[in-house]
Amino acid sequence: MSERLPPNPRERINRARTINFSFDGKDVEAYDGDTIGSALHASGQKVLSRSFKYHRPRGLLCCAGQCPNCLVDVDGSPGVRACTEPVRAGIKVTHMNAKPSLDFDVMRATDLFGKPFTPPGFYYKTFIRPRRLWPLYEKVLRNAAGLGRLAKRQADREWRTEYRRRRADVLVVGGGVAGMAAALRAAELGADVVLMDDGPELGGAMLAGQDADSAKELAESIRAAGVEVLAPAAALGFFDGLVPAWQGNTLHQVRADRHIAATGSIEQPLIFDGNDLPGVMLCSGAERLASLYGVRPGETAVVATTTDRGLESALALQEAGIEVAGVVDARAGDGSEELLGALAAAGISVHRGTGVVKAFGRKHVRGVVVADLDDEGRPDPASKRGIDCDLVAVSGGTMPATSLLLQAGAKARWDEASGSYLPDGVPSDIRVAGAVAGHEPRNCAAKSGAVAGAEAALSLGLGSEEDRARLQADRASLLRETEGPAPAGQARTQDAGSRNGKCFACLCEDVTTKDIDYAIEEGFDSLELLKRYTTVTMGPCQGRMCQLASIRQMSEDTGASIEEVGLTTARPPWSTVPMGVLAGRPFEPAKRSAVHGRHRELGGNVMWAGDWRRAYDYGDVRAETMAVHEGAGLIDVSTLGKLVVSGPEAGAFLNLLYPNRFDNLKPGRIRYGVLGDDAGRITDDGTICRLDENSFYVTTTSSGADAVESWFSWWLAEWKLDVQLTDVSQGLSAFNLAGPRSREILSGLTELDCSNDSFAYLDGKRANVVGVPCLMLRIGFVGELGYELHCPGPLAEHLWDSLLEAGAAHEIRPFGLEPQRILRLQKMHILVGQDTDAESNPLEAAMPWIVKFEKEEDFIGRWALEAVAERGAENKLIGFTIENGTVPTEGAAVVVDGQPVGLVTSSRFSPKLERSIGMAWVPAALAEDGTTITVSDEGRQISAAVQTAPFYDPDQELLRG
Amino acid sequence: MSFLLTCPNCGEREVTDFAFGGEVVPRPSSKPSERELNTYNYFRRNVAGLQREWWNHRSGCRAWFLAERDTTTNEVRWVALPGA
Ligand code: FES
Repeated sequence: MSERLPPNPRERINRARTINFSFDGKDVEAYDGDTIGSALHASGQKVLSRSFKYHRPRGLLCCAGQCPNCLVDVDGSPGVRACTEPVRAGIKVTHMNAKPSLDFDVMRATDLFGKPFTPPGFYYKTFIRPRRLWPLYEKVLRNAAGLGRLAKRQADREWRTEYRRRRADVLVVGGGVAGMAAALRAAELGADVVLMDDGPELGGAMLAGQDADSAKELAESIRAAGVEVLAPAAALGFFDGLVPAWQGNTLHQVRADRHIAATGSIEQPLIFDGNDLPGVMLCSGAERLASLYGVRPGETAVVATTTDRGLESALALQEAGIEVAGVVDARAGDGSEELLGALAAAGISVHRGTGVVKAFGRKHVRGVVVADLDDEGRPDPASKRGIDCDLVAVSGGTMPATSLLLQAGAKARWDEASGSYLPDGVPSDIRVAGAVAGHEPRNCAAKSGAVAGAEAALSLGLGSEEDRARLQADRASLLRETEGPAPAGQARTQDAGSRNGKCFACLCEDVTTKDIDYAIEEGFDSLELLKRYTTVTMGPCQGRMCQLASIRQMSEDTGASIEEVGLTTARPPWSTVPMGVLAGRPFEPAKRSAVHGRHRELGGNVMWAGDWRRAYDYGDVRAETMAVHEGAGLIDVSTLGKLVVSGPEAGAFLNLLYPNRFDNLKPGRIRYGVLGDDAGRITDDGTICRLDENSFYVTTTSSGADAVESWFSWWLAEWKLDVQLTDVSQGLSAFNLAGPRSREILSGLTELDCSNDSFAYLDGKRANVVGVPCLMLRIGFVGELGYELHCPGPLAEHLWDSLLEAGAAHEIRPFGLEPQRILRLQKMHILVGQDTDAESNPLEAAMPWIVKFEKEEDFIGRWALEAVAERGAENKLIGFTIENGTVPTEGAAVVVDGQPVGLVTSSRFSPKLERSIGMAWVPAALAEDGTTITVSDEGRQISAAVQTAPFYDPDQELLRG
Repeated sequence: MSFLLTCPNCGEREVTDFAFGGEVVPRPSSKPSERELNTYNYFRRNVAGLQREWWNHRSGCRAWFLAERDTTTNEVRWVALPGA
């Protein structure tokens, strides 16, 4: 730890406790409180990453999570910023974008070719021909592109994120002095305030400076005032008033009535050849390293600046124990006399009217070349001279962090006096405070915050007349303090003669100033186009480090003023966030029936069916199918939607919803119903049993349960009938006991007379079965004698077990979804969504009998169906058989003369009928018994015979017997 | 899209609590012409401005209600249970 400075009172590290972790397999020793980046820098590891395109070595630049330079992989999670991520014992940190190693990266070749190897658009232009080679190109390029690697296994990249919603009166984004002052004032006036900041500690820019103690005091006082502080919690964006912030495993979604943006400003880098070399750091970055972590950013520094910030920084660095070899100030005349005096007193030479034209060194800075600048800011080649150093601390002025404000609808206005874009046209529920508003100096930032906090609270009706008066006074004094000229920013200095130099405008995407020149020459001469073509501002820094630079250069190249060039809006997320956090908890709700455990025990192949987990089969589809035909079968149909519709107008209500009648259904009888909409399209189907005069038991498809409930309640809201709707889907289980011996089995378990005379087909009866109260529906979805038993969920397991036990003597078998599909297909019972689509109506879907046009009253879909009846069916759903046993793929085309005219919706081999059967949509002209249709299936042409009556038991003798 | 909506039964909630039922299109009271029927089934006014629409408090009381919302600002001006 030779690179540590003597202890200072502001440092976050605890030198008494060391922690070890590894970087690329090597052991690194850190202090408790270090970040990965500070510890690596202290250990001598100055190169942390390789750049995106040219694989150039990169090291710490901002030390504040604002740039792309320190992205590493931590324990398999890529894209972590080393400079802000706290060190934890034992973590495995690896570099991301270099092969085979950080020290030697073969892809660096792209950088070392004489000419720029990859100008903007290079990949699009180069790898487009020949087309057939694209798959090969793609493989290589994919490998070379991107930064990190995701863990291969799903389990290794899961996040467990909780969403938390928070309502507040006032949300303050940014915990610097302005943000804290705003939060404090608003809370004092009685507002419920939330403050979020991306750093672990409140204080922002104060933390690394002389005022660190007052930052701590202020942070304590806002907590005491009841402000909820979220930190570190980076605000991700502004979404119509909702501001999400990521904090560890929680995604806070904060909605406040008033917002205060105290997002501060971002120090800008300078542009010169080699400005990306490790050792070139923002002034604030170097100060943070020294001050917060006691890490020596370098031995000998050159400070290059365009504003007074650099002068302050030079003093701070020297005080921290770093030798300052000189200050290179682009301004010839401006500059605070006070600071210049202090520098002179400290023996630091200031080169005024001078700029850095080049930083040199292979993997790290060894020195800079500086030159005098003319009036235009161009370096004079004759004046070039070198200064040795291993740290270049740069400050190209600051850029207010306006991104969130722009997302909220504000505009940015170029302010010539301060040389930056300031927010303008800010929506009325938002206040700006501190540096983002141009109120940079510390005392004025605090006042700016207090004004914003008071304005927010008072606009919510809080506070008194006195508070109003105080606000007026504060406003007036703030105005006085912020008047007057601010130092101008003149950030770009480039040696016009050095053509091979790489001056990086954008570090994330490796865009050089020359790339921007090329792009503008090619015609991409508006900022929005330039952004998309070169991808400048679109990398991990989201324009923090590069937007101003690209605007300046565009202005220079095109002659447009900076104001005319304008600003682009950074899209959310404003701060880097793992996709997993946004995806929420990796959970998929699974619905399980009350007897789910039994399916497992019986060897069921459990699969997803919508949200449900259901038994596809129990290992033998054929045997299960045959058991239903020959003995008995039992299937769990608890997934069906179940609604009780009751009230004096329940019958009338159903009459309006369904195309057939229900008011004349006798209590204890069942009728099939198809639901449709006013376009006549089938949306769901099921059976309806009239329980008594005033109530009906409606079943729906499994997947349609929610939609039907919502459809019913919507029409009920519209029609306002005297009807109650109760959804009992979750509370009741249901089993279908089917097969020729089902009556015998059931008779043994209930006192009810199950004879055909007293319990006929389409009867619904209530009785106890093995003591379990059941609603028994004698229906025949699978085509054999059968009973659907609906019972309370908690008793379902007992019923299921008893049925199987009693059925054992009758060769009962549980059967799954697949056998059920075969059985129902034999009966041509449609599956809504499988055999029908969004265009199917009951007249064409082989159910004209269900539409009762003679019904007096209106029903949903009547008019559309009348139009279909008038026009005549265009297509029809029919059955088909294939003698040779070929089973065409579901979805295969029905063709006439090689042209597709229809499609197969269901197809199976029926073990009972010993042939292939299926259903298909065909033109009405082909929908005649005995017609032969041709199915084209993956190159095969298959002949099939049309059949319109059910394949099995067409006269329902078995069903009614 | 993100805004607050007030359920007439439950009060103010995040819009993600609700299901959108589309703009209110009255169902013809007697047999419409084919053009009228198609207009009712398939055409929506899709105004930029104040619109009356159906909402369902799906993750709450499950009631359907009416709301008037400015489609350009998502400001909800009025909510009520139908007929209330
Ligand atoms: S050095 Fe870590 S983000 Fe800039």
